[in-house]
Amino acid sequence: MIHVGLQHFLVVAALLFCLGLTCVLVRRNAVAILIGIELILNAAGLNLIAFARFGGDLLSGTVFVVFLIVLAAAEAVVGLALIIAVHRRLRDIDLERSDELRG
Amino acid sequence: MLETNLLWLIPGLPLLGAVLSGLLGKPLQRRFGKKAISAVSVLLPWASFGVAAWCFIQLPEGGSLHDRLWTWIAIGPLEVDLAFAMDPLSAMMALAVSLVGSLIHVYSIGYMADDEGYWRYFSFLNLFMFSMLLLVLGDNLLLMFVGWEGVGLCSYLLIGFWYRDLVNARAGMKAFVVNRIGDFGFLVGLLLLFWSLGGEWMDGAYRVNGGAFSLNFRDLPDLVAAAADKQLWGVPVLTLAGIFLFIGACGKSAQIPLYVWLPDAMAGPTPVSALIHAATMVTAGVYMVARMNFLYVHSPTAMTVVALVGAVTALFAATIGVFQYDIKKVLAYSTVSQLGYMFIGVGVGAFWAGSYHLLTHAFFKACLFLCAGSVIMAMHHEQDMRKMGGLGKTMPITRWTYWYACVAISGFPIASGFFSKDEILFQAYNAGSLMVPGWIIWLLGFVAAGLTAFYMWRSYFMTFTGPAVSVGGHEPQEQRPVITVVLGALAVGAFAMSFIGIPALWLDSPPQLEHFLAPVFSAAEGLERVFAPGAGHGVEWGLMGASIGIALLGLAFAWWLYRGRKSELPARLMAAMPRAHKLVYNKYYVDEIYDTTAVRGFLGLSRLSGWFDSKVIDGLVNLCGAAARGFAWIDGAIDRYAVDGAVNGLAWLVTRAGGKLRRVQTGRLTTYLAGLVAGVLIFVILTRFLLDVYA
Amino acid sequence: MEFQTTSWLLTCLIFAPMAAMVLIGLLAALGPLLKLPRPAVDHGSRVLALLGAAVTLVLTAIVWLGFDSSMPRLAEMQGYPHLQFVQHAVWIQAFNIEYFVGVDGLSITMVMLTALISFIAVLASLPWGIPKDDHKHFSRRGVPGYMALIMLLESAMLGVFCSMDFFLFYVFWELMLLPMYFLIGIWGGPRREYAAIKFFLYTLAGSVLMLLAMIGLYYASDETRLIDGSYAAHTFDMVKLAVENDFSSMALVSPKLVWLGLFIAFAIKIPMFPFHTWLPDAHVEAPTPISVILAGILLKMGTYGILRVNYTILPDETIWARYGIAVFGVINIVYAAFVCMAQRDLKKLIAYSSVSHMGFVLLGMAALTDPGINGAVYQMWNHGIISPALFLIAGVIYDRAHHRRIDGFGGLARTVPEYTGLVGLAFMASLGLPGLNGFISEALCFIGAFSVFTVLTIVAASGVIITAAYYLWTMQRMFLGPLNEQYKDLTDVNWRERLTLYPLMALMIVLGFYPMPILDLMKDSLHELVAPLARAAGM
Repeated sequence: MIHVGLQHFLVVAALLFCLGLTCVLVRRNAVAILIGIELILNAAGLNLIAFARFGGDLLSGTVFVVFLIVLAAAEAVVGLALIIAVHRRLRDIDLERSDELRG
Repeated sequence: MLETNLLWLIPGLPLLGAVLSGLLGKPLQRRFGKKAISAVSVLLPWASFGVAAWCFIQLPEGGSLHDRLWTWIAIGPLEVDLAFAMDPLSAMMALAVSLVGSLIHVYSIGYMADDEGYWRYFSFLNLFMFSMLLLVLGDNLLLMFVGWEGVGLCSYLLIGFWYRDLVNARAGMKAFVVNRIGDFGFLVGLLLLFWSLGGEWMDGAYRVNGGAFSLNFRDLPDLVAAAADKQLWGVPVLTLAGIFLFIGACGKSAQIPLYVWLPDAMAGPTPVSALIHAATMVTAGVYMVARMNFLYVHSPTAMTVVALVGAVTALFAATIGVFQYDIKKVLAYSTVSQLGYMFIGVGVGAFWAGSYHLLTHAFFKACLFLCAGSVIMAMHHEQDMRKMGGLGKTMPITRWTYWYACVAISGFPIASGFFSKDEILFQAYNAGSLMVPGWIIWLLGFVAAGLTAFYMWRSYFMTFTGPAVSVGGHEPQEQRPVITVVLGALAVGAFAMSFIGIPALWLDSPPQLEHFLAPVFSAAEGLERVFAPGAGHGVEWGLMGASIGIALLGLAFAWWLYRGRKSELPARLMAAMPRAHKLVYNKYYVDEIYDTTAVRGFLGLSRLSGWFDSKVIDGLVNLCGAAARGFAWIDGAIDRYAVDGAVNGLAWLVTRAGGKLRRVQTGRLTTYLAGLVAGVLIFVILTRFLLDVYA
Repeated sequence: MEFQTTSWLLTCLIFAPMAAMVLIGLLAALGPLLKLPRPAVDHGSRVLALLGAAVTLVLTAIVWLGFDSSMPRLAEMQGYPHLQFVQHAVWIQAFNIEYFVGVDGLSITMVMLTALISFIAVLASLPWGIPKDDHKHFSRRGVPGYMALIMLLESAMLGVFCSMDFFLFYVFWELMLLPMYFLIGIWGGPRREYAAIKFFLYTLAGSVLMLLAMIGLYYASDETRLIDGSYAAHTFDMVKLAVENDFSSMALVSPKLVWLGLFIAFAIKIPMFPFHTWLPDAHVEAPTPISVILAGILLKMGTYGILRVNYTILPDETIWARYGIAVFGVINIVYAAFVCMAQRDLKKLIAYSSVSHMGFVLLGMAALTDPGINGAVYQMWNHGIISPALFLIAGVIYDRAHHRRIDGFGGLARTVPEYTGLVGLAFMASLGLPGLNGFISEALCFIGAFSVFTVLTIVAASGVIITAAYYLWTMQRMFLGPLNEQYKDLTDVNWRERLTLYPLMALMIVLGFYPMPILDLMKDSLHELVAPLARAAGM
């Protein structure tokens, strides 16, 4: 049986982060980007809980992750609200086109 | 020495005349006519003559009169009074100058009668009398110098009197400038003399050695005697002073090499030529050398220079005179030649003989010139003797006075010129103190005497004998009495002067004039002679005979060639020797030589200086200015382009960079995120790398 | 200020023209307010200037009459040899600067000259006799300004000659520059700006050297007491600098360098070869009265400064340099005379003749003998009489013919006989004809210099030939020969010109035969000045 250690968690988290990052960078759809951000956040959360489980203070690590989950939820709410606002204005959520703030 | 307060009047009265007719002359002449001018300007010189005669009578035996006005300059060792002195020599000169001068003033009334510048003429002539009398009576060398240059100025003014003709103006200028060369010599001589009296140049520096300084004529003889062995540049200082003073005399008295101005000076009115350029002013040099006799006796070198220059000039000018056709030019060269005789006299130490010749010459040469003036007037201002002839019949007084003056100048023993010239020639032969044997000087003077007789009689015969000419359709007329009386008076004077110079050979006593002047020339008594006093009578008789002989020869030759203007001989002789004739006729081209060397060189130098000043010196100044401006331009350029450029360049760079960098701000979230990631990655890599480095 | 004073005369004298300047300024300022017409203001300022100059002249006459040349009044009392009419007070305590004026025999002649020539210059600035339609004539342009500047100039010049405090001297010296610059630069001829700037820069360059030298001397001077008794570490007092201080071992710079700095500063003003080229340009462009002042007075500042500063304060260096001074003097005489021959412009010729004649001053003063230095100062005075006359003469012909080319005239003696006579007299005086004043000073210079610089003096004496040549040649080209028909209607001198010329002509003749009044004034002071130097030089 394979012993699941810290490394495995870290690898999974790294993969998750890379997936999220790729999603953020590649996708044009704002919702997809939001999903990518969620993935990144969760990769970070996985890292945190893994470190807490294997090396440090489990309690504080858990608290961080719980915060993180809440934060992710709040972030999703704000992000979605923004997306809806953008959509209302532009009738589109393609972020490539919403470049009114360019220099 | 006797104090008096009259002497100043002698020059003062003519000065008054000069001022009066100079300042008020023009309105006076307009309102009262020329008589008013004559009344002032002719009477005052006569008054001056009267005062001079009165002072002469009062002159104590062997002493002098003295009249001090005020201190002129008194600075340090230099103490000079504005004072006049009359000793026998200056008494003789003052009388001669004021008498001949006054006579010529009278003559001028007739000669200048038609000239609108009458008042100006008399003002200048009076001023000349003032200057000449100042020269003669001045108590010291510096005051003498005032007169010395004053007569030069008057000469300038009167030569250029008819200034509208540029030739006259040029002649005046030439006279003044050549005289100034002489004056330069006089000044240097004066300075040398002054400083050598009380001190000495030793080892390149001057030291005062307790002696007294003075320029007063009565102090000078003793002081000069004390300075006899002082040297400057290895030459006795008195020799130097004597030679420099003689350069002054050369200028004033028209000796080689400075004689060139005198023939040109004939451009002035004829009475001026008579008074200034024959009788008085030009003799100033002789007077000065005679006055400074105590200086010259100490320097055989200087005396030899004086005598030789005089002798050479006498001969040289006589040869030129032989070929001249302008009657005034003949007389001018004759004057130069006669002045040469006077310098022989003073140069060989026979100061009284030189002075005597000065005196006699003043009368007969003035007479000759005034006769020439009378002829020129009669000929309507024609001066060429070739166009004259036969005037003797219509102008008897002029003719006979001219004849008598010719007798005097050529040295026949019935007129004064014989006695003075003969004394000079004998004394030249007798001179033992010169650097050359006396007979050389004598020989030069002797030959010149023959030439003199020839050219003077030539002029007489050409003018007064032969077929009569007519001018403007009628015969030339004798002049008014105002002119002829003067001619007669001068001829009488030329005769009367004989009596004061009859040699000891003929009488038992020495000549009266020699006796009279002896106190002034006492320094000359010690000079070495060939014959002791009273000896050498045979030689003297012989020389006298030779003189008369050569004068007769000259007369005979002139008679033969020019009497009655019939002979073809002169023309044939000239044709036979064209080159020699041309050379002498053109006065040996001396004027041309001076013109091409000295005058051109001088003008060239002045142009060079002018060019140097405006192009080099001022050029340098302007170059400095230009350089400063160039530097300022470079400085400005640096400021504008480098310093200001850096500031503006930065702003430009920022603007341009902003423009470019603006593109980065796409407004696209993904680009930003990519940037973010790239940034993080770079940061991480850098951090790792740096940590590695610093760890 | 607390004055230690024997007389207020000099202060009044110096500031009288300045008061006239202030009044002219007031008039010019109030004129428009009082609705005075411009001619009235112009006329008023002319009258005020004339008054100012006249008052100064009268005050100078009083000083002259009160001046005691034989018995130096203050010599024993204060240790100031020969200074009279002294007024002395502390001016700027912080730098030990004093207000110290006084005259000795050297100053008083120059003060007299200044007052006389300034008065004549003001007279020559009147438009009297200038054709009515000639509005561009300098005497009709900007009259209040012109007159005010002339008055300022006169004050400054008098101040220079009277100052005995080096700083005060310097202040007046600089004050002189400014009006001169404007007078040439505004009222001058066609190239006036070039000339004015050249003049200004040249003189300013000299001033800088003088300033440096002055400060050098100040810091090298010993401690002393000011006139009010307070302690001073250093002093600007020229008398104290001369009498109490020995600069032979100066700490900072060589005293020779200081001497040279001062000398060059003064030499520019003289002007000495090779610093002379500003003069012809300035003269040619300046209006006549300004040329008169420039030649008559300003040039004398140079030689005055050398005598007052170099000779008294740095005697050893003066002895060291005397051959140099003499050589440059002779160069001035002969070289400038040659340059004169080559000139075509009458004013330029006169300007160069000034250069030549100032050479005599240098030669005479270098000799360190009594006749030499008296000749030098008398030559300053005589040149101050003759050259203004010459410039007035040039002005007369320029006002009529509107050019000054010597060759452009001819035969004028026929149309303007009086003018010709005046020109002849002035030329003769200038070429040193015996009997006129120029001769006395030239002869004294020669006599003084001959024993010391024998060969140099002979060379210099040959200058008299060249001088005669160029003057007579000019005379011939302008006045003799056939009349240039263009000028057959030329008018002779008018009364304004007579008023300016005749006094000068009279002085030329009188001072030629009776020079002792002037020589007596200065000879004792000059003897005091030169005797220590002569002793030190072993003469």
